[in-house]
Amino acid sequence: MPVRTLTIDGKPVSAVEGQTVLDAAQDAGITIPTLCHLDGVSDVGACRLCLVEVTGVSRLLPACVTKVTEGMEVRTESERLKRYRRMILELLFAERNHVCAVCVSNGRCELQNLAVAQGMDHVRFAYRFPPYEVDITHRMFGMDHNRCVLCSRCVRVCWFIEGAATKNVAGRGAGARIITDLSQPWGKSETCTSCGKCVQACPTGAKFHKGSTVAEMERDRSRLEFIVTAREKKQWIV
Amino acid sequence: MDRLTFATVWLGGCSGCHMSFLDLDEWLVDLADMVEVVYSPIVDRKEYPENVAVCLIEGAVANEDNLEQVKLIRARTRLLVSFGDCAVTGNVTAMRNPLRTAEPVLQRAYLDTANLRPRIPQARGIVPPLLDQVLPVHEVVPVDSFLPGCPPPADRIRTLLQDVIAGKGSLLSGENIRFG
Ligand code: SF4
Ligand code: SF4
Ligand code: SF4
Ligand code: FES
Repeated sequence: MPVRTLTIDGKPVSAVEGQTVLDAAQDAGITIPTLCHLDGVSDVGACRLCLVEVTGVSRLLPACVTKVTEGMEVRTESERLKRYRRMILELLFAERNHVCAVCVSNGRCELQNLAVAQGMDHVRFAYRFPPYEVDITHRMFGMDHNRCVLCSRCVRVCWFIEGAATKNVAGRGAGARIITDLSQPWGKSETCTSCGKCVQACPTGAKFHKGSTVAEMERDRSRLEFIVTAREKKQWIV
Repeated sequence: MDRLTFATVWLGGCSGCHMSFLDLDEWLVDLADMVEVVYSPIVDRKEYPENVAVCLIEGAVANEDNLEQVKLIRARTRLLVSFGDCAVTGNVTAMRNPLRTAEPVLQRAYLDTANLRPRIPQARGIVPPLLDQVLPVHEVVPVDSFLPGCPPPADRIRTLLQDVIAGKGSLLSGENIRFG
């Protein structure tokens, strides 16, 4: 495997051809904020939180879907990136109805953690307050569209790890939403195996175990890691 | 040194932020040496005074009275602080916003669930009419500083007040800006 040498924040880093900038940064111990990325599942570059600057490229590039190249100079911290990251987070909060105080994921939410890390002390955009419903028709799980950030992590684990293809994204832009099968109540789904992978994958309080109340929703990503490692490395971790 | 004039206001919130303020316990005694409390739900004064140095606003802007008050407070205050999630985001107070108007909420509270003479209270000048949309304070008037949390823990309130009193600025960071 050919090796590529690049710099990230001035630090020389070597990476294998085909690796993404995000992978290379993680290997080098450099943190880039992410939301739609989930280790072990294919990336789609949906959230734009992982944007980085690359010398010679005027656009900002999403680190999770940008491949390393020889001599690449990457910057993960700048005033411009800070501004954009905070703006993306504010738009995510303004787009749906996030009431952390009554959320199952309060204190354990990736979106909330990102807001803290990026210094978001308030949202400068007008909140949209869209009317969204909660689907609690499934025997074990619930889906609250008010808290969904459309990262599609649930869709990707459902398709590519469980292979059930139950979850999907319907519609476009801010009107997009996560659906079950042909947009029917989750509890009516004939394809859902009730494996719970989508619930483990969800970064926010949008998907939850029924019966968990405020701040109670704990996720166990190691359950996903187990299957991903088995598939990719043919190793059973216990 | 003159003590800073200090006020706290309670708009559309549950008073939990003020309860958390009282959780400052003995530090309130120190605070009393550093500020002069000129207006607050725990002070007997009817009108919001002029020339207030620092004001903590609890709650969102939910009714016509809140709307009028918040403009007056802004005009008379140097450093305005959105105190708690309802002031900062609308939070629980704004959970009715997706219904678009105040009507369904009043209907549910005063008609559907009442069994004794169901009636929506109407008394101009006494019961302020609800706004159709609840707003975070900064969507109505400019806000200088944000103190999130539902409620903000007492030590978070103290951190902000200590910084303000010491002239070290009024912006929180790190865990001190976590919502919820
Ligand atoms: S999903 Fe996260 S950000 Fe949204 S309400 Fe829940 S805890 Fe807050
Ligand atoms: S529980 Fe499993 S099969 Fe059902 S929707 Fe979620 S990931 Fe797909
Ligand atoms: S339900 Fe959760 S995992 Fe699925 S798109 Fe929404 S936030 Fe992402
Ligand atoms: S993590 Fe790269 S775009 Fe979402």
